[in-house]
Amino acid sequence: MEIITSILAGILFATAIYNILQKQFLRIIIGTTLLTHGAHIFIFTSGRLKTGQPPVLTEGVSDYTDPLPQALILTSIVISFGVTSLLLVLAYRTSEENNTDNMEELRGNEHE
Amino acid sequence: MIFAVLVPLLIACFIPLLSKMKHRIHTGIFVFFVPLAIFLYFVRYIGENFTPVRETVNWIPSMGINFDFYLDGLSLLFVLLISGIGALVVLYSIYYLDKQERLGQFYVYLLMFMTAMLGVVLSDNVFVLYTFWELTSISSFLLIGYWHFKERSRYGALKSMMITIFGGLSMLGGFVLLTVVTGTTSIQGMIDQTDTILNSSYLPLILILVLLGAFTKSAQFPFHIWLPDAMEAPTPVSAYLHSATMVKAGIFLVARFSPIFSTYEWFFIIVSLVGILTLCWASYMAVRQTDLKAILAFSTISQLGMIMAMLGFGTQAAVFAAVFHILSHATFKGSLFMIAGIIDHETGTRDIRKLGGLMTLMPISATLALFGTFSMAGVPLPFLNGFYSKELFFGSTLGLDGNILSQAIPYLAVLGSIFTFVYSMYFFFGVFTGPKKLDQLPKKPHEAPIGMHLSPIILVLGVIVIGIWPNLLNGSFLYHAASAVNPATTYYEVSFWHGFTYPPLLMSLAVVAVGTALYLTRRKWETVYGVLPGRLSLNKAYDGLMKRFDTYSDSLTNYYMTGSLKNYMAIILGATFLVTAGVMLYTGGFTISFDNLAEVTIIEVAIILAMIIAAVATIFINHNLAAVLVAGIVGYGVAMLFVIYRAPDLALTQFVVETITVALFLLCFYHLPKLRKRKESARSKWKNASIAISFGAMMTLIGISTHSSRWFDSISEYFLETSYKLGGGDNVVNVILVDMRGLDTLFEIAVLGIAALAIFSLIKWKKNKGEAD
Repeated sequence: MEIITSILAGILFATAIYNILQKQFLRIIIGTTLLTHGAHIFIFTSGRLKTGQPPVLTEGVSDYTDPLPQALILTSIVISFGVTSLLLVLAYRTSEENNTDNMEELRGNEHE
Repeated sequence: MIFAVLVPLLIACFIPLLSKMKHRIHTGIFVFFVPLAIFLYFVRYIGENFTPVRETVNWIPSMGINFDFYLDGLSLLFVLLISGIGALVVLYSIYYLDKQERLGQFYVYLLMFMTAMLGVVLSDNVFVLYTFWELTSISSFLLIGYWHFKERSRYGALKSMMITIFGGLSMLGGFVLLTVVTGTTSIQGMIDQTDTILNSSYLPLILILVLLGAFTKSAQFPFHIWLPDAMEAPTPVSAYLHSATMVKAGIFLVARFSPIFSTYEWFFIIVSLVGILTLCWASYMAVRQTDLKAILAFSTISQLGMIMAMLGFGTQAAVFAAVFHILSHATFKGSLFMIAGIIDHETGTRDIRKLGGLMTLMPISATLALFGTFSMAGVPLPFLNGFYSKELFFGSTLGLDGNILSQAIPYLAVLGSIFTFVYSMYFFFGVFTGPKKLDQLPKKPHEAPIGMHLSPIILVLGVIVIGIWPNLLNGSFLYHAASAVNPATTYYEVSFWHGFTYPPLLMSLAVVAVGTALYLTRRKWETVYGVLPGRLSLNKAYDGLMKRFDTYSDSLTNYYMTGSLKNYMAIILGATFLVTAGVMLYTGGFTISFDNLAEVTIIEVAIILAMIIAAVATIFINHNLAAVLVAGIVGYGVAMLFVIYRAPDLALTQFVVETITVALFLLCFYHLPKLRKRKESARSKWKNASIAISFGAMMTLIGISTHSSRWFDSISEYFLETSYKLGGGDNVVNVILVDMRGLDTLFEIAVLGIAALAIFSLIKWKKNKGEAD
């Protein structure tokens, strides 16, 4: 199963990067959210899957899944939420000010 | 000793304050006492029974880099030159530099140079030496560019910096190799291990790198081109840095390392050949110059070449002659530079074509210049130290055993000296005799104030005193310097008369005879300069090289700094992929094992398949709204996987966050301008796809490798065991977040707070603007 999830993480990374390399704001933001998902799956897999009960201490249970990746990912989910929201508002404001949602049109003109 | 080195730097800190009152007291008057005090401090070491002194102050002991100061005969010679000439130059500058000039800066640079130069000649540690060495280059750069409003000054400053720093870095490479080979950073320690160095396979490389440092600093052919351009500096600087001290740092370096390399054949060949070539070429070129300071610059180069050549010979007689000449050169060349400065100051020009007949107008300057130039020419008179230098030099060129080079050296020495004679005469007679051309001069010339003459008078007195009593300093001073370079040196007696058949005397007489003839017929053979160097010019080569550096680095930078974030992203991701995958492949990091895998169930596979389809679909869907919703499927898929993989907290959070995110997307989508998906060129598509796929493949492989190779136990056991005992909570994930790694969570909250503030102000800003409109 870990191999399948690793492949999933890889595909998420690939699609995320392809989206990030686009010109349109919305695509780039979608790319970053996919990147987050890929990273989460990646970290989660590295802690092994389904090795025991959920990491909530209970009488008579000795096997738990790895709590550390879960703690890391929980932090990451929240942060990435903040980042996505900020990017969305930024994209919205930028396109409103410049009348474009194309990254290529936002570059400086000193090299033209 | 270390205090003496740092005194100039300490005083420099007070110069900005002192220069505030420069209109009442010239700042130079304060500065004058610094080198004078250093001179008096060190002059007491002169004596028959001098023994080297060592002093150490720790700097970076763990790396063997310390202020390890070692004063032997050679260092003492240079220290006294630096402080003695330094005092005279400062004295001269008081009259030379107007109070309107930026005196504060000038003296700060000059004092900085003093510390740097003292550090170079006293450091026993190669890396400390290197540090001071580069500091001399930097202070030289600042001083050459002192009149920075002149284009030529800036050009000269940059040129000297480029060439000397290039040499300095090469030298550092040589030092590193020396340290690796010998395991010590001390020069004396390296000299003790001469055999180890001579048997090392790095020997040729070490020699070349160290010599590059010495040759660039001492303006040896073909690196000499920076020195004539350095003449844009104020004359006191030229007299001090670019004649008496800094340019002799390369000489010092070669002398310092002579005990190590002297038995190595290539040391003799390279140093002698470069030295003698420099002597001939620069003296030949000096005759062609029209600027007084340019004549002196080429003259300095040729004299440095002569000293370098003598160090290359490495015999007792040659080393003694080199040491003797270092002192002679400092006296006569220092005075000549000051005279050139006086002429410039009083007539307004340094162009020898406009000067002439100044003997009657400036008798004191003329007398001083007479002694200086005749000493430089090596005219056989018993009161000129330059003659003894030249005779010692000729003596040392004879009887070198070995190859063709050794047999050619005496002839080349005579050739170089003939041109030395010619430019010396040209300098003196061109300025002080012949018809007066007063109408061509910007100023009406008259004799300079006596204060300005004080320093050259003292230097010319040095020329005469050594000329009359050539052995005055030998036993107590020069002997110690020479024996530091060649330990076999015995006491050396210099005398004026050796009889008519003494070969060096015959060589000197030949120089005078041919030199006089060449000087008188100068007009007739001047056309030879059209053939050699003709249109060949090292300066053009340098300029071309610099221009090419400029254009290439410019186009290289413009190639990737396109201003397109997309390109930057592609470069960053591509490079990350190459470096990471390369390292993983190189170290054999990719491992795939099928042990200990969790079982595969239908439902998981179904969810994962759905996610993969959704993720890939985001790329191909042209409609924005659909793309957002499809991306949402991936997010919910992740949440479901969290449920299956027993991570209840994650699943909850992911569901909530994903819902809000999709809502936000839709909200934004509502406000975003209705724009279609951009068309991309096929090439760009393939480029993006290949970066994306290779990166994804790499992440998959890393993920599998992480699972396949476990080198040590997970830290998670610790959290499971101590969660209740230390954190008092059953939910281990929560305990980690709020307790074990509580500070991280605090920062996480801070990040969210910042994001919220930013979002708020972005929206608010719009509203305010709307009101203003």
